[in-house]
Amino acid sequence: MRHKLMTADAVVAELRSGMTVGIGGWGSRRKPMSLVRAICRSHLGDLTIVSYGGPDVGLLLAAGKVRRLVYGFVSLDSIPLEPHFRAARQSGAIAVTEYDEGMLQWGLYAAACRLPFLPTRAGLGSDVLRVNPGLRTVRSPYDGEELLAVPALRLDAALVHASRADPHGNAQFLGPDPYFDDLFCTAADRAYLSCEEVVPTPELTASAPVQTLRIQRWMVAGVVEAPHGAHFTSCDPHYGRDELFQREYANAAANPAAWAAFRASYLDRDEAGYHAAVASGRAARTAAS
Amino acid sequence: MTSRRVTGDSGSAGSLAAAVTRAEVCATACAEAWRGDGEILASPIGVIPTIGARLARATFEPDLLLTDGEAMLGQGTWAIGGRPEVIEGWLPYRAIFDLIYNGTRHVMMIPSQIDPHGNVNISAIGEFSRPRAALLGVRGAPGNTVNHPTSYWVPRHTPRTFVARVDMVSGVGYDRAAQAGPAASRYHELRRVVSNLGVFDFASPDRAMRLVSVHPGVGVDEVRAATGFDLVIPGDVPQTRQPSADELRLIRSVIDPGGSRSAEVQQ
Repeated sequence: MRHKLMTADAVVAELRSGMTVGIGGWGSRRKPMSLVRAICRSHLGDLTIVSYGGPDVGLLLAAGKVRRLVYGFVSLDSIPLEPHFRAARQSGAIAVTEYDEGMLQWGLYAAACRLPFLPTRAGLGSDVLRVNPGLRTVRSPYDGEELLAVPALRLDAALVHASRADPHGNAQFLGPDPYFDDLFCTAADRAYLSCEEVVPTPELTASAPVQTLRIQRWMVAGVVEAPHGAHFTSCDPHYGRDELFQREYANAAANPAAWAAFRASYLDRDEAGYHAAVASGRAARTAAS
Repeated sequence: MTSRRVTGDSGSAGSLAAAVTRAEVCATACAEAWRGDGEILASPIGVIPTIGARLARATFEPDLLLTDGEAMLGQGTWAIGGRPEVIEGWLPYRAIFDLIYNGTRHVMMIPSQIDPHGNVNISAIGEFSRPRAALLGVRGAPGNTVNHPTSYWVPRHTPRTFVARVDMVSGVGYDRAAQAGPAASRYHELRRVVSNLGVFDFASPDRAMRLVSVHPGVGVDEVRAATGFDLVIPGDVPQTRQPSADELRLIRSVIDPGGSRSAEVQQ
């Protein structure tokens, strides 16, 4: 059986500029942030990002990696508005495809099912159709209802973060919500999964029910062990959102000089350097308080 | 400002003897949105609607389903910031989408702009391609509004929130649902709008927003002045009802002992 363990930089090396990349999680929850940070450090650019967006989108926008964003929302949850997203939208820096949340799910599901579209009511009557003039409706052959045909959202690559995985790509979520991560994986040509811990296969079901095994190895091209890889988003039950750090991030994003300092402190270094800087920042805060 | 006060001095948040606050009237008016809904998911966004939904279930609408704000359905009545004692179900986001498509839900959302026919914007202020203010995105508003009942809560009623035209229709109003055809209008239903000034619905001949009641201490002229379009205003506008003694006890001692409600509504 294939072993798929790799590093975040090896994942990035398999990606190309111009690709469409889907990112799992939801808002500021269980985002594959270590993989996102690796993309930010890379020479990749011109990406189309598909996401129920949070700081994953913010970091990629701040790093100038995004050509088009496909989303239903972008939010930091406890901080409702994402500052880099706001800046990018208000300066017109990126192209956008703004969908209803359910349309995004349908687009991914259509891609996962190898269908050209899926019908839905969601979007009808709203300005989602006005700002996405490429969208079409379809008439039901059974009762004549005219529904929105959400086009398949095929991804070149997907990035998700799980609790635990084996080296083959079987992965489980121990938190309360799997979000849409399996859909992102199955909608993608190649899915890369980071996780808190890589364990031998038997351990996956030794301490948790089999229903937590939401991701199967056929969905996954590569596995990256990344403890705290979702930081500063939440990864229940392993850790909650780092609210103090998120606030520091959001405050820094509000002005260019502060952002340059934030980037120098945390982002212009490898993943180990990032976590070391986060830890020393936390220690400094504790000492000050 | 004295005329806007409900009554006298507000006293301490937990005391039952204290005068009823505007926030408490609003929470009760939000609770009323779910009256008659039965065994469906009540999805409140914001503190006042959350108090309202829990109040409705604790009193006149006991079969409502409520989440802990994450992925669990909980039984009982728990406090803002607290957790339900009994988990009765698992409701990750994907299952909420299933409920939406099934129509087994009534959401109360917070619009940044709302127009006379109940079209709502939570996406962007100004031209969409380069907005003056980028907000959240349309989120689930397009799908919610054409799939199941929707209500709205507006913490600050001003001519900038109650506007003649919204910049980006996220939640669908009556006129747009009708124009979009039967697939959009079949399950479309806007129940009520609660603001810090009054209660509104769309039960007028052309489905334009109608003033249902003004909160105690609020005049009809004040509502008219705070609204950026012509409301349908009946000849005799009643006052929004006050919470009962039992409802006040639930709000103050059980659901919001920390007093979060006063942060969302200015007295």
